[in-house]
Amino acid sequence: MGELKTTETRIVQPSEQGFATTRFQDLLHWAQKYSLFMYPFVTACCGMEFMAVTSPRYDVSRFGAEAPRFSPRQADLLWVVGTISQRQAPILRRIWEQMAEPKWVMAFGTCASSGGFYDNYATVPGIDKIIPCDVYIPGCPPRPEAVLDGLLLLQDKIARGDREPAIVKPRTDPATSKDHGLVQLRKPGRGLLT
Amino acid sequence: MSQRVLDLLIQRFPQAVLETHAQHGDETAVVEAASWAKVAEFLKASPDISMEMLTDLTAVDYLEREPRFEIVAHFYSLSKGHRLRLKTRVGNAQGEGVEVATLVPLWAAANWMERECYDLFGVRFVGHPDLRRILMYPEFEGHPLRKDYIATRTQPLIEYRDAPNIDKVAPFGFDEGMSFGRQTHQFLTDEE
Repeated sequence: MGELKTTETRIVQPSEQGFATTRFQDLLHWAQKYSLFMYPFVTACCGMEFMAVTSPRYDVSRFGAEAPRFSPRQADLLWVVGTISQRQAPILRRIWEQMAEPKWVMAFGTCASSGGFYDNYATVPGIDKIIPCDVYIPGCPPRPEAVLDGLLLLQDKIARGDREPAIVKPRTDPATSKDHGLVQLRKPGRGLLT
Repeated sequence: MSQRVLDLLIQRFPQAVLETHAQHGDETAVVEAASWAKVAEFLKASPDISMEMLTDLTAVDYLEREPRFEIVAHFYSLSKGHRLRLKTRVGNAQGEGVEVATLVPLWAAANWMERECYDLFGVRFVGHPDLRRILMYPEFEGHPLRKDYIATRTQPLIEYRDAPNIDKVAPFGFDEGMSFGRQTHQFLTDEE
């Protein structure tokens, strides 16, 4: 192991003594946030982005959420990835009920968060109508970076013991950042706003 | 393209074919609902036409017309390479009497397409072996693609949660929790 040349390693001798203080809840939350076992409930096209996130290029395992468990009884993080139809709603509720506490829910993408553009007879307008949701990741589908932001947000919430729903914020606003060139808004009578 | 098919059809069923037209090489024949299955059988059996394949079967709801529903079937001949669109019109303004003979004995592909058509439009295919809903759940009332189905009506299978602000699309408003939001933008003011 000759790679670590600059780091000095010192072995703590048994004769040395020391202690660190923490609260039990903080220690527990710290342990929980790096051992998320995820259950992917993948129903739609967002699944492709989910595969990207879990594959080596974006590598969600760096954040301690590596192992997918395909049994809800062994998982504590439910990823709802994709559109949930009314017909699937009882299934999703049951999956969530089978998970043991403590458990968290991520709404992956616009459809899971709010129904997206499926404003119709067949689609549930957001999974929070059925199960409580911790983090909403907007995007159609969200970029893997946004998903990682969502995971970090969730870990931060776990560390703080915060169960309020939260939303992943965009890093830059495409409507105002001038060098983006993605969104062009038309000013009344002024042509394109650049 | 397949004008010859139309000619053969009119020659064989001079009474049943109500109208025909062709647009960009797509020939269409509108037939009487009573002879729907008979015409389809002829289209498959006739050696000059031999439509081996039922490509699509669906319906259109023309709410203001009488008869209200139009059943549309698309046929394709694998051996001859020609196509035909066959239509018929059924049902009154109240959406009753929407019945037409099934095509399942002729094309197995008609089975699920007719079930879908029944599920979403409420067209009853007489003689269908298993006319159940295929996309919506059995508890669903009505037929959602009919024009008189209320657009905002949903029929949840389980009750929605009872939580504060659950009526919002998400438990936050458009700009809540955002460091910047659309309402704080200046892009609609006169300032550059």
